[in-house]
Amino acid sequence: MTQTPPWQSIFFCRWNPERMELFTQPQVDAVILSLQVALTATVLSLPFGVATAFVLARWDFPGKQLLNVLVHLPLVMPPVVTGYLLLLTFGTQGVLGQWLQSIGIMLAFKWTGAALAAAVMAFPLMVRAIRLSMEAVDMRLEQAAATLGANRIQVFFSITLPLSLPGIIAGGILAFAKAIGEFGATITFVANIPGETQTIPSAIYSFLQIPGGESAAQLLVIAAVAISIAALFASEILARRSTGAETGG
Amino acid sequence: MLSVNLHHTFPNLTIEARFSVPTQPAGITALFGRSGAGKTSIINAVAGLLKPDLGEISLNDTVLTNSATDEHLPPSRRQIGYIFQEPRLFPHLSVQRNLKYGIGLGERQPSPFKFQAIVELLGLQSLLRRPPENLSGGEKQRVAIGRAILSNPTLILADEPLAALDEARRSELLPYFEQLRDELNIPMLYVSHSVAEVARLASDILVIEDGKITQQGSTVEVFNSPRTLSAMPKEFGALLDTVVVAHDETGLTKLDASGEELYVPKVERAIGASLRVRIPAQDVVIALSEPKDISALNVLSGKIRSLEEQGDGTVAVAISTRAGDVLAKVTQKSVQSLGLCPGISCFAITKTVAITQT
Repeated sequence: MTQTPPWQSIFFCRWNPERMELFTQPQVDAVILSLQVALTATVLSLPFGVATAFVLARWDFPGKQLLNVLVHLPLVMPPVVTGYLLLLTFGTQGVLGQWLQSIGIMLAFKWTGAALAAAVMAFPLMVRAIRLSMEAVDMRLEQAAATLGANRIQVFFSITLPLSLPGIIAGGILAFAKAIGEFGATITFVANIPGETQTIPSAIYSFLQIPGGESAAQLLVIAAVAISIAALFASEILARRSTGAETGG
Repeated sequence: MLSVNLHHTFPNLTIEARFSVPTQPAGITALFGRSGAGKTSIINAVAGLLKPDLGEISLNDTVLTNSATDEHLPPSRRQIGYIFQEPRLFPHLSVQRNLKYGIGLGERQPSPFKFQAIVELLGLQSLLRRPPENLSGGEKQRVAIGRAILSNPTLILADEPLAALDEARRSELLPYFEQLRDELNIPMLYVSHSVAEVARLASDILVIEDGKITQQGSTVEVFNSPRTLSAMPKEFGALLDTVVVAHDETGLTKLDASGEELYVPKVERAIGASLRVRIPAQDVVIALSEPKDISALNVLSGKIRSLEEQGDGTVAVAISTRAGDVLAKVTQKSVQSLGLCPGISCFAITKTVAITQT
């Protein structure tokens, strides 16, 4: 993904032709890359987030606390430490990194690595939101479903999942917002390469390092605020659709 | 045949229940006892929602639970319907989708009952498209009943399904259970602590006290036995099967109980209809000679069959009358001063207003 996709320039020309001179290529790259990284991180980690939240909310097993701590670790550790650990594990010398490389997946210093870092950092928030909503699902309903003949998998997909959907959406949006803003782990793991791993926060940081870069940074700040607000609105609309869509008919 | 033999220890209660319930012919068997006696735990074990410490449970030829071989069939594979105390409707599904939830799920046979027939039986036609949240309590419970039936159970468990409803809703729902019993041929184990519900619905009773089954028998047998009294709520008493003879202009209904006359407050039943009434034991007075100049209208003559001390200073006296056995709850002091003992003739006196139809 080093090449910027052709549609992005069209997008910005069509919608904002008079402001083209305001947005320079590195800025556009940073915004597009941030969206791409955050979306990838959110979508790919969501199934794992749902599964982890379900296990933590509904199962009892030895080592549950350990799993809980592990999931929450990125929330409490310094992000730089998380990034360094990712580098050790998924870097070109890391065990998992080498294995992934052998099947053609490069993470270190690639945008995919940025997505991984964002996903890991956002994971505790996502799991937390989903877990809370799953714990709020009345287990007596799940029991009732079981007495009607639904096995565990059917109960999960027909009762637990739809009833915790607002929490899953909230968790996804929260993770997306966190992924857009992730800085420490990302810059440690995949550095700050324009067009490859330079997300909005890294770009703002870079612009602030050069004299006179402040106005460029401010534009990115506006972009970040706009994305956050859009995400919030999206979550509201989705949450409202998810409740009420199932009934009637 | 449902056969249960289980042992389970809770911190404050030990359940040791051994009983069997015939599933053919299908009827309602009441699991009857005070709250906290372990009724719900027993049916939860039958449903598979509670794994007992020890025991075997089987339904017809299927082993549901066997702790010796560590078999424990999951609830979804037991083919047992469960009507809970609260309706437990799925809030994200419409009434119709709630009703259809259990149809064809898992390995169950499709229900022999037509969806439409059950909807009509329970009067749910106009509710189908509505979300459960804005149904009344009685409507919700009717949906829950329909949902359980449509999942094609070989046995239905009902855990005080009317207890959470007010009196009006309760009397609105009772007839549905009667219809279920009379028309659908599904055996039901009905948990209740309500004397009125059990007397009206159940053909057989299991009495449970402190986790143990203390009595089992037909409803009339158990209700008319003095042994039952101490375990029962105070409105407990003998059941008499009667026929409506006349409604008089003073607002009373005259009943015939195997040749004896009984007067009760007016009941809305046609003349000739059969009616089961309950005479609360605490409202029965015993006299040794025929009382005269007394306001109570119901005087039954009979012989004392047995006396059972209740441990709280009272004695349950069973009196055989032409109308059937009547239970009286009197004090030990009265027993001594009147010299009550089995075999002596006496009169059982009850006020009209004390008698309740079931």
